[in-house]
Amino acid sequence: MASEAVIPINSDIDVVAARQKGRELATELGFVSTDSTLLATAISELARNIIRYAKYGEILIVSVQSGDRVGITVVARDKGPGITNISLAMQDGFSTSGGLGLGLPGVKRMMDEFHLVSDANNGTKVTIKKWKR
Amino acid sequence: MGDQKVKRSEDKGKGVSPVREMPPPDDESTVSLLRELVNHLRKNRTQLREEWARRITAAKLLGAMSSEEMFAEATSVYDNYVEVLETGAVEALQAYARDLSERIIPRGVETDEVVGIVLLLRDVLARSLFAKYQTDFQLLNRILDAYEPAANRIANTVAVGFVQERERIIRQQQEAIRELSTPVLQVRERLLILPIIGVIDSQRARQLTEQLLRGIRTNRAKVVVIDITGVAAMDATVANHLVQTVEASRLLGATVIVTGLSPEIAQTLVTIGVDLGKMNTVGDLQGGIEEAERLLGYKVTPFSEVSQQPI
Amino acid sequence: MEVPILKQGLYLIASIQAALSDVDLVHLRDALAEKVGKFRARGVIVDVTVLDVMDSFASRTLRDLAHMTRLRGAETVIVGIQPEVAFAMVQLGLTLEGVDTALDLEEGLAFLDKKTKRHTSRG
Repeated sequence: MASEAVIPINSDIDVVAARQKGRELATELGFVSTDSTLLATAISELARNIIRYAKYGEILIVSVQSGDRVGITVVARDKGPGITNISLAMQDGFSTSGGLGLGLPGVKRMMDEFHLVSDANNGTKVTIKKWKR
Repeated sequence: MGDQKVKRSEDKGKGVSPVREMPPPDDESTVSLLRELVNHLRKNRTQLREEWARRITAAKLLGAMSSEEMFAEATSVYDNYVEVLETGAVEALQAYARDLSERIIPRGVETDEVVGIVLLLRDVLARSLFAKYQTDFQLLNRILDAYEPAANRIANTVAVGFVQERERIIRQQQEAIRELSTPVLQVRERLLILPIIGVIDSQRARQLTEQLLRGIRTNRAKVVVIDITGVAAMDATVANHLVQTVEASRLLGATVIVTGLSPEIAQTLVTIGVDLGKMNTVGDLQGGIEEAERLLGYKVTPFSEVSQQPI
Repeated sequence: MEVPILKQGLYLIASIQAALSDVDLVHLRDALAEKVGKFRARGVIVDVTVLDVMDSFASRTLRDLAHMTRLRGAETVIVGIQPEVAFAMVQLGLTLEGVDTALDLEEGLAFLDKKTKRHTSRG
């Protein structure tokens, strides 16, 4: 039984809606509360990046299953200008401390899987996954 | 140039054709043979099942079960086996294998026993096929061609299911041991001690932090002493976890004192450039507790001095 | 949603009641910076017990808030960060450096009493 939600991200209010949806699904699947919080925080950062760099986009939250493992995949995508220097964006300390946004290394740390595709023509797509423990 | 183009298109054609000529995996003859097989196994269910149970007993497998239990399990495995042969739906067998494992693992059934009984069943059924078709060697061959891959797949599924279930139980036990191995102790009001002993990996470090943070909240702790005298080695990842633990505790309003850093760990921390300014370290646990008490506003005076003071 | 700000003695107490949007947080920051001057407050407590997520924006806004109020003469202490939230924050690299924190409202008040007493020593 797969659960799926798509949240359009157009303003800062949607950031709250997206992370609440993520927490809701995590709780439903029986995630421990620390992991629900990690997921909600990661979604918040990704949604925030969409608004800051692309103005709008969407967040897809879906439950996944592999063998006897259950997890949640989140896809954040936008048609924005893309990230020109991905390795720089993934460097710790590049963003969050200066308050410039991104925070991607932190998001990666919080998740079990992290995947980033970005170019100037197609925008940015970040896929993250968290397994239930 | 024109030649090359023609040649290339020829290559393409050659590349595709063998695929087209491949027979579909489940051709009709295999299906009808399996159907015949299943009918045979259904018709002789009672006799084959008893033969199987006899072989299990003779091989001294499933000794942990009473003969009634063993026979009930055997019946159920048999029926599932035939069903999977018939439908090819491995999901049902997978689910059954998991369920079976859950019930028998706590009673000490070993992997070799589970694999053993499934292989015995495979043999018992194969023998009965030999007996039935021995007069028609060609047909026997074709029946075995259909039977063997299916039977092997089932044996495989049950074995894998069993091992997975065991691993799951082992993981669960590891988790339980981990929790026991990182006790958060309250030594006096507002002071927690977290003695860490043994190897810390990323997972344990994370769990330790979670436990400590919860402990700070429930005990309303203001100072925490983390003693790592019992930790022999620490890599960069774990060192960073330790720093994160200190930072997260501060966010809850608690000060962390780290004690018992070995020379090796001290060297690691310096080499990887951990920000020691954020870390409050004291040589040993006793010194750490004294420092904690000072922070909490206690004044520790030796008893002898107390008694010397004029009353 | 507006965050109510209560005045208690020399302190201002802002108790966040529900999840806040970015705009709400910025309002709170500006309102506190303004009220500190108006009420000549010496301390500010921001209670974030109900926040179940503290991301980079929230964290930065709270840090700015603390710095702004300090420049206007009042110490700020953030109270009530939940264990899971703290855990997520440090993983994200958000440590609220230079900002004081306390377990809850009671601890926050005790902290401010101690800290402001130093400045107003009766000597």
